Amino acid sequence: MSGLWRNPTARLWVGVAIAAVVLFVVAPGTLSVFRLNLLAKFLCLAMVAVGIGLAWGRGGMLTLGQGVFFGLGGYMMAMHLKLADAGPGGVPDFMSLYGDGTVPGWWEPFRSPVFTIVAIVVLPTLIAALLGLAVFTRRVRGAYFAILSQALAAAFAILLIGQQKVTGGTNGLNGFQGFFGFALSDPANKQMLYFIAAGTLLVMVLLVRLLYRSRYGELLVAVRDQENRVRFLGYNPALVKAAAFAVAACFASIGGALFVPIVGIISPADVGVVPSIVFLVGVAIGGRATLLGPVLGAIAVSWAESSLSESFPSFWTYFQGGLFIVVVAFLPGGLASLGQVWRKRRAVEAPPDDEADDPAAVVAEPEPSTSGRSA
Amino acid sequence: MDAVISQTFAGLSLGSVLLLAALGLALTFGQMGVINMAHGEFMMAGAYTAFAVQKVVSDAGLSLLVSLLIGFLVGGLLGLLLEVTLISRMYTRPLDTLLVTFGVALVLQQLARDIFGAPNVDVRAPAWLSGAVPILGVDVPKTRVFILGLSIACVVALSLVLKLTPLGRRIRATVQNRDLAETSGISTRATDRLTFFIGSGVAGIAGVALTLLGSIGPTLGTNYIVDAFLVVVVGGIGQLKGAVIAAFALGLLQATIEYSSTASIAKVLVFVVIVAFLQVRPQGIVSVRTRSLA
Repeated sequence: MSGLWRNPTARLWVGVAIAAVVLFVVAPGTLSVFRLNLLAKFLCLAMVAVGIGLAWGRGGMLTLGQGVFFGLGGYMMAMHLKLADAGPGGVPDFMSLYGDGTVPGWWEPFRSPVFTIVAIVVLPTLIAALLGLAVFTRRVRGAYFAILSQALAAAFAILLIGQQKVTGGTNGLNGFQGFFGFALSDPANKQMLYFIAAGTLLVMVLLVRLLYRSRYGELLVAVRDQENRVRFLGYNPALVKAAAFAVAACFASIGGALFVPIVGIISPADVGVVPSIVFLVGVAIGGRATLLGPVLGAIAVSWAESSLSESFPSFWTYFQGGLFIVVVAFLPGGLASLGQVWRKRRAVEAPPDDEADDPAAVVAEPEPSTSGRSA
Repeated sequence: MDAVISQTFAGLSLGSVLLLAALGLALTFGQMGVINMAHGEFMMAGAYTAFAVQKVVSDAGLSLLVSLLIGFLVGGLLGLLLEVTLISRMYTRPLDTLLVTFGVALVLQQLARDIFGAPNVDVRAPAWLSGAVPILGVDVPKTRVFILGLSIACVVALSLVLKLTPLGRRIRATVQNRDLAETSGISTRATDRLTFFIGSGVAGIAGVALTLLGSIGPTLGTNYIVDAFLVVVVGGIGQLKGAVIAAFALGLLQATIEYSSTASIAKVLVFVVIVAFLQVRPQGIVSVRTRSLA
């Protein structure tokens, strides 16, 4: 048994099998339609978390703007659903309410389902790649990058609220009837959406594992820990970082796109500064540099939020703030590192065991501040 | 011509608000490298201090002056508490400090909501600040002029403290070379605490000033924190001068674009300009040359 456990490939497939059974058999079999839909929503948020784990945990890029990419995906999907509900040549209801009753030109392509799906995958990825290349090439990083990405989220939310005629403003886009021809009111179709979300998340986790195990994954960790040394070795750290940032954006966009039919609404409140930071809680708790930590952390935090905030809304905010403080300050590796912390404690008392940990899983100290202390 | 003058003044006024919000950050982030997301909540605490003081001191003029003093102390003490309990443990992990202080910000916001209630409250402006004064033929609200004056006064006071007093000398020494400062007998820990106290105190003052511009609520800080950080990033860390230039430049830019389009478009365009600017000067307007790897 322990031999099987030590073989990474075997461990992978056992893990996939367990996850598949839980996601595709246990959850749909035991949860009500309402709960299953809630779980589907958490899975969408977990997709964003997988991307953040890659960019922040492995790449050291603290991105506080994932809400932008989540929102891009969500709004593109919502635009398509709105246009599909309105019928060929029709005008979405809110446009005749706030605007002059005509569909703006840049909305028109989203009538096509194929264009919408391609745009959801490609557009945010492209934006993130270009933006990432631009800022990383100029060596904007660390705190500066975090602040810039946060400002991006702020600007995006402000833009959405300001352009009510074409974005629905503060109310966002909601009231969708169908999803690519399937009625959203039908429980069977809700279940189908859940299966799509679960399958997508599973694929994403496998993709990220593939990345972590590849040369690229090693390079990404190297850039996180010693960017200059990587540069001296002849690599271009900007490319490495931009790639991870783009993949994270792509995952966030897909998560946002699936979030829309599952939850039934997307609004600036889902994409602004605060939701963008809140995405990070789950990732930090689960263990930012691990494969499954961000996923499980995001699901656990969303679940706790939906069950706690209903009955104690004020307590939830304290709890959320407290989680940020305690986990990040005192357990930077997340719950996944509890085992390691425990082993280290024991190792101090007992003679050290020579079992080597996966070096990438250890959260290194992020690069020292560019000013003050290290100067 | 009138339109140009009034837009210029709108920009200067916006810039002075940005400057007040960013000045404390220029100390704590610019000098010490600490990313304090709760800085906005210190402003919020300052604003509620003004509200509370007015409950006790009914004369609006006197209460404003008292609030400015107490607001500084409230903001400063909150900052001191934060530095001693959390930030001091995390100087080597600046990005994690950002997240921890965001948690603190969430808690402080909810605290304000539970104490003062979720709806916004109003603080009465003193009679001598009501109405407008004509400047170059344009009527400018007196409160705006007051805030402009206050922000300039704060900058002057801070730079005098940094340049002339022994405390300022210790702060600059610690920022420039921590180890050497320590060796020369400066207690860098005490200096850190004092710097943080002053920076957070300025946030308290900014909060009090904001009560003159409108009603205040628990989310007051979140409206300013992003812009304030942008000001410091664009200004360049290490010197107050950069933050001053950046605040007024961004204020004027925002007001100018707003004039020909809408406030939301202006925000987005300002952001685009900032990203483009950082492409040209990643270190900000005023940068201190060092030999460390960029």
